[in-house]
Amino acid sequence: MEAWLSYLRNLDKRIWYVLLLLFALAFPWFIQSNYWISVAVVFGIWAILGLSLNIIVGYAGLFQLGHAAFWAVGAYTTAILNTRYGIPILVCMPISAVIAAIFAILISRPILHLRGDYLCIVTIGFGEIVRLFLFNDPFGITGGINGIRGIDRPSFFGITINTPLSYYYYVLFFLLITLVAMQRLENSRLGRAWTYVREDETAAETMGIDTVRVKMLAFAIGAAWAGVAGNIYASRYTVIAPETFSFWNSVVMFCIVVLGGTGSIPGIFVGTIGMVVLPELLRELPLLTQAFLGLLRAPLGALGGFGAVEQKLMMISKSIADNIPMWRMLIFGAAMVAMMIFRPEGLWPHWRYRLELRREEEAAPASVGTAGH
Amino acid sequence: MDILLQQAINGLTIGAFYALIALGYTMVYGVLKLINFAHGDLFMLGAYMGLTLISMYLGAGMTSGIIWALLVIFILVMIAVAIAGVIMERVAYRPLRRAGRLAPVVSALGVSIFLENAVMIIYGPRYRMYPKGLIPEIQWNIAGAQVTLMQVLTLVISFFLMGALYYFVHYTRLGTAIRATAIDHDVARLMGINVDAIVSLVFILGPALGAAGGIMVGLYYGRINFVLGWGYGLKAFTAAILGGIGNIPGAMVGGMLLGIFETLAAGYIPQGGAWKDAISFFLLILILIVRPTGLLGERVVEKL
Repeated sequence: MEAWLSYLRNLDKRIWYVLLLLFALAFPWFIQSNYWISVAVVFGIWAILGLSLNIIVGYAGLFQLGHAAFWAVGAYTTAILNTRYGIPILVCMPISAVIAAIFAILISRPILHLRGDYLCIVTIGFGEIVRLFLFNDPFGITGGINGIRGIDRPSFFGITINTPLSYYYYVLFFLLITLVAMQRLENSRLGRAWTYVREDETAAETMGIDTVRVKMLAFAIGAAWAGVAGNIYASRYTVIAPETFSFWNSVVMFCIVVLGGTGSIPGIFVGTIGMVVLPELLRELPLLTQAFLGLLRAPLGALGGFGAVEQKLMMISKSIADNIPMWRMLIFGAAMVAMMIFRPEGLWPHWRYRLELRREEEAAPASVGTAGH
Repeated sequence: MDILLQQAINGLTIGAFYALIALGYTMVYGVLKLINFAHGDLFMLGAYMGLTLISMYLGAGMTSGIIWALLVIFILVMIAVAIAGVIMERVAYRPLRRAGRLAPVVSALGVSIFLENAVMIIYGPRYRMYPKGLIPEIQWNIAGAQVTLMQVLTLVISFFLMGALYYFVHYTRLGTAIRATAIDHDVARLMGINVDAIVSLVFILGPALGAAGGIMVGLYYGRINFVLGWGYGLKAFTAAILGGIGNIPGAMVGGMLLGIFETLAAGYIPQGGAWKDAISFFLLILILIVRPTGLLGERVVEKL
């Protein structure tokens, strides 16, 4: 009976995976809209970025608020190699990853032994330095404020990826590879070492884990993956500019990881929907309100004589529609605060985090909180 | 030589702004171990509230006694922003005090986005101008460098506020309670200190100083924008770490040094203006490598 139940449970999980995969594969057919396929591509790129940052923030527990810099290094490496030397996009991909990883090691090595919050400001600082470097263009290679245009599309075996639909599958492919890799990493010796370092650095060190090396590896692997995302991004849009790699986007990545549930892979997807897709939906809200009020218009018109009411309603709808783009970010900020207050462990937390927060509550029901930990 | 002196005086003025804002970061960090990313936006809120009150005063047709009016406006804005700070702590940070270190940071970023956009909706996205000529444009010539009355006032007010804060934290009972809370919440509570009240107090002091800085930035540069808080906030936070975070004199020294260094770099390094921010972050990284706890920071154990 027991064995049978556990078999069912395992089977259940696998069925879910297969269903999700089928859904992802079939998505373009039933959505039938290039706009939404493009949104899905954006979602995929951000999910890869979120998963890459998850290694640093989620697994190793390091503050990293400059992840856009590694994304930028990857994108610019690809763009420069491709437009200047004609190196194919897919060959650029591993080069981007390696160069992003080298940058990560260079900046993280001297500061990894510092306290977490210092790491936070140094990563912010590095992000700003990279952005200014791209912007000021001291060696004449980054194209300054205009960025680089004319980046090739990826092509292999005579197939060129250039339509939204083909990009959808291209990104899906890399997303799946990332997912499998993350799953494997999380349960590997290194992944367990990260968890240990995150939970208690001193104890980890005592048990023979080289904490600085392990943290540096988290930085390097996370950065390499962001570099790959940069390569995909550069070839998707064929033009890149410094403003894409701003501090704001580092903040978005950080929020994807924490909102979804730190260290949790499904959480990253939920977080990406919240941070990237939801604002996109809010952008469409004026159209929806207008459509809704359009529906109201018919019965009002049928009743007749409600011209004034109808006019008033249309006026309100117009003012709502006009104001929503303005209120969008305000609502967004408030929602971030509310999310953290009501679910500090994230929307879809890793079981280890959930255990931690909830168990603490059970152990200490009175408010004997300290801020120090 | 006179250029150097001129740059140093300009840098000192900017440094005073950084120092005033940095104090808010450092005190909150000292007591809660939280990087309050919304602090820069409270500073920006102060600048806008000052603008509103000054416009109201001028709009009422009163032009005499502007100095006294400005003093009252300073105090009113400091109180208003302090209230905003306390509300922010109640709503966004207090429920998260035991939720680890990542959740409060996201909450702080949320508050920051909220405040920025609230100000944008109220005041509009474009630059707003402070009325000109409120502070008489008097200049002195000191060894070939020009010093304006505004710069002198900025420095006097900043040093007065910083001195008052230093005295308060180091020589009064409440100040002792703040320092005790910064060391250990539980032990402070055992000593009969109301930790929640102390946290609220810190969220009164920091934002009030930031608000004063905000009005002075408005008066000094003459124009403000709703994203003002990000740039200044990031710099001030850098200054706080430079001086050793959690350390009040450190924030003052760090702010001044960063301001002077940045201005000199912009003046003396070719194309330094474009690289100003990169240079100050580079300085920060260098100092952290050499002195990991900042200039005046003591050694602090990360995990107890």
